[in-house]
Amino acid sequence: MRVRFEGEEIEVEAGQTVAGVLLSKGIRSWRTTRGADRPRGLFCGIGVCFDCLVRVNGVPDVRACQRVVADGDDIRTQTGVELPS
Amino acid sequence: MVRIDAADVVVIGAGIIGAACAEALSAAGLRVLVLDRGAPAGGTTAGGEGNVLVSDKAPGPELDLAVASRRRWPELLESLRGELGDELVQVEWEPKGGLVVATDEDAVGPLRILAEAQREAGVEAVDTTAEAARAMEPHLAEDVHAAVHYPEDAQLQPVLATTALLAAVRARGGEVRGGTEVHGLVLDAAGTVGGVRLGDGTVSCGAVVNACGPWAGHFSVTVGAPIEVLPRRGAVLVTAPLPPVVVRRKVYAADYAAAVATPHVDLQVSAVVESTATGAVLIGSSRQRVGFDESLEVEVLRRLARSAIRLFPVLAGVPVMRTYGGFRPYTPDHLPVIGEDPRFPGLWHASGHEGAGIGLAPATGRLVADLMCGRQPEVDPFRFRVDRPEVIAEVRT
Amino acid sequence: MRRVVVIGAGPAGMAAAREAAAHGVEVVLIDAAAKLGGQYHRQDALEPGDRFGSPVAPGSAEAALPEVEHVADATVWAIEPIDGGHRVHLRIGPADGPSRQGRAVEARAIVLATGAYDRALPFPGWDLPGVVTVGAAQALAKGQGVAVGDRVVVGGTGPFLLPAAVSLIRAGARVVEVAEANAAVTGWLTSPRGALAGWSKSGELARYAAALVRRRVPYRSRTAVVEAHGSEVVESVTLARLDARWTPIPGSERRVQADAVAVGFGFTPQSELALATRCRVSDGFVVVDAAQGTTAPGVFAAGELTGIGGADLAAAEGAVAGAAAAKYVGAAVEPPLRAMARVRSGRRFAAALAAAYPVRAGWHDWLRDDTIVCRCEEITKAALFRAVDDRDVGAARSLKLVSGVGLGLCQGRVCGQNAAELAGVDGTGFAKRPIASPVRLAELAEEEPIESPIDAEESGSPLGVEY
Repeated sequence: MRVRFEGEEIEVEAGQTVAGVLLSKGIRSWRTTRGADRPRGLFCGIGVCFDCLVRVNGVPDVRACQRVVADGDDIRTQTGVELPS
Repeated sequence: MVRIDAADVVVIGAGIIGAACAEALSAAGLRVLVLDRGAPAGGTTAGGEGNVLVSDKAPGPELDLAVASRRRWPELLESLRGELGDELVQVEWEPKGGLVVATDEDAVGPLRILAEAQREAGVEAVDTTAEAARAMEPHLAEDVHAAVHYPEDAQLQPVLATTALLAAVRARGGEVRGGTEVHGLVLDAAGTVGGVRLGDGTVSCGAVVNACGPWAGHFSVTVGAPIEVLPRRGAVLVTAPLPPVVVRRKVYAADYAAAVATPHVDLQVSAVVESTATGAVLIGSSRQRVGFDESLEVEVLRRLARSAIRLFPVLAGVPVMRTYGGFRPYTPDHLPVIGEDPRFPGLWHASGHEGAGIGLAPATGRLVADLMCGRQPEVDPFRFRVDRPEVIAEVRT
Repeated sequence: MRRVVVIGAGPAGMAAAREAAAHGVEVVLIDAAAKLGGQYHRQDALEPGDRFGSPVAPGSAEAALPEVEHVADATVWAIEPIDGGHRVHLRIGPADGPSRQGRAVEARAIVLATGAYDRALPFPGWDLPGVVTVGAAQALAKGQGVAVGDRVVVGGTGPFLLPAAVSLIRAGARVVEVAEANAAVTGWLTSPRGALAGWSKSGELARYAAALVRRRVPYRSRTAVVEAHGSEVVESVTLARLDARWTPIPGSERRVQADAVAVGFGFTPQSELALATRCRVSDGFVVVDAAQGTTAPGVFAAGELTGIGGADLAAAEGAVAGAAAAKYVGAAVEPPLRAMARVRSGRRFAAALAAAYPVRAGWHDWLRDDTIVCRCEEITKAALFRAVDDRDVGAARSLKLVSGVGLGLCQGRVCGQNAAELAGVDGTGFAKRPIASPVRLAELAEEEPIESPIDAEESGSPLGVEY
């Protein structure tokens, strides 16, 4: 299975979450905050903090720790607040 | 903190109307005690969107009050700036204008007729084509038929506004006391109000203002002076924060005014969409007469969602993160009750503003203060009087 | 039709589902994860299969759940009261995706087993990537086989820091230090007070402690991470000794190189569904009777939602709740006396645990004026205090609106308890979330199929549950 992160192909396994994939590649941050433009990544890891938001297949505000990857997913960083495309 | 045991006026209810009355009365030099059984600005005020609108009212007494109030808000905030400093008067005041859109052909005629009548009453209402409306709101649905632009419509954050008004009351020697229930009035032999009874004693005063919002009817029964103010429930959806360009003005469907005006008990839903300073978009509005039942009803949320997507299709993919409900103070003739109760001299009512309390607050406060101090009121108080047949509820008890 | 809906498939929810099903009741077990187990029994998501067996195929494994429909990858976003019960609204499918499937399930009895999540206390730099909760470190290590960093400091309070540290080591991280803000867990576990509380897991914790000793991981009591440093990610942390109130002792600060920090200061119950069904809560936890019944008719609660006591207590409460819920919908049920006895002993342990590992107010002193209190809305301590001082609001609802704290996407889950404590107001208002999890507007707009609505005609069975 493969997904793309910022256009780059990554080999993934079934059952991996987006956060699991990114952290295993040493990527610690994948979004910035709306107010102070600060980097954020995983925090609570179980879906309650909404800090690890990421854009998947054009849809922003997806929790990376909860979203299980599917073959061909297009994963992008999220900058502040974004609209779905 | 000052704790006062005698006041010129006791205002009951620390929501936007109580705060505005207390502010205006304290500005007139009266010493005011504001009581609330809960936390200040924690009831209907905290559930409101902060509308300061002239667009949604047909010509008549309520529009007159709205126009006076719309003029008053920025003046009031400016005068409080000098008194309280910059920080406290930052209430997210945004004179961003309103856009009322007709989403079907049938709505165009009534929309244009209402706008014409409003223009005659002195409201700025600009007939706008569908193309021009979409230029103003780029995410608006393609199939809008016509629109009217109301540049005077504004918005503020109601809890910030209320707490600013209450801070002014305190700064002038008054007191705001939460967690304090009023059990009754102290009356003299002639039936004139001389104070209020609390759980732990009495506070003497020259006048009492019932500003209990949707609970004003309950309170009026408690003190033996029933008026017909009933709760009308509403729900608002709040989206995740969005870019500020998504919804620029207050945008609502042309059937909104009709939904407000209907006397029907059952659910009325009409799209009202606007953004807030935090980036979240608020989606209203629903109206239901279900008493004080605050149970969630998914059907209400579903219809709000549909109506918002109808106006702004881009919202379809946006997360809704919260819903909140509140109770509007409803009167059978859709006019607020503002004035002294002829049955009990010294008892005043200021309630029944339904969903327009934030917008109507400063003019209401000023009207109460003008009448109480014997000044010439800016707005004719006759249609808001307490002893009109729709409001005096004794016929029903 | 007799149906019980169980929400949450951790130790409490699995036990409730199993027990209710054992009494011949149809059970719908709903959980956000793909596999059963919850946080405690978190399974490796990369391994095929489910070690608790397939609940729809009875008897396939010893631990398999009979006659239970397991609805995986499902988010309960609302519970609505209806005549004679509740309607539970679900979205099923990839998390936060716009095309999840809608479903509504009605039941006369519901068991809430929604669990709890780590409480994180703010400190300067806690918003840097690399600072995570111990629950995140655990979930990532056990579920994904990934360590949150290479050199990790674990900090907070309570025995649950130890298994997190061990999981990190197993996932390949070096645990630089474990900082316990209270007295050492090891001492408490071997003291009569801890051991006599009768918790079967004390042996397991002792083994975790031994594992850390073997790997020479320093374990320091009365110590906390008081700052994380770095520009884009954590590069180092400052640890300090604490006094009995948890105020950092001046001069005791040490800077330690680390690329990740895992913190946990006890747990916050996931109580929005309980509040939505009008269950009474006290100190944040759902109040239950001896049959795990809440104050809301037909709503039962089990596990960390009712108090923090670990997996054994949660499973025992779940068994009692499952039996009580089955009885509520009309099944013939004998009182589950053994499970009830396990609940009683488990609660003694939980009370001892809560007393030994409190959160003390000295953490307020870790904060600087510019330290973020609300991560979503980036509200600082100074801004919160300014709102409290200037605007004199006395309740959570108005505090949120004047300060901005708790208005973001997490809806006060992370900051609510901390902000309420700092502002001196009751925190329950932060936990009221009628929309229990975000749904996309188009999902909300969509009609959902409602399966086999509950039939008011059949609601003749006894409503009171007494043991």
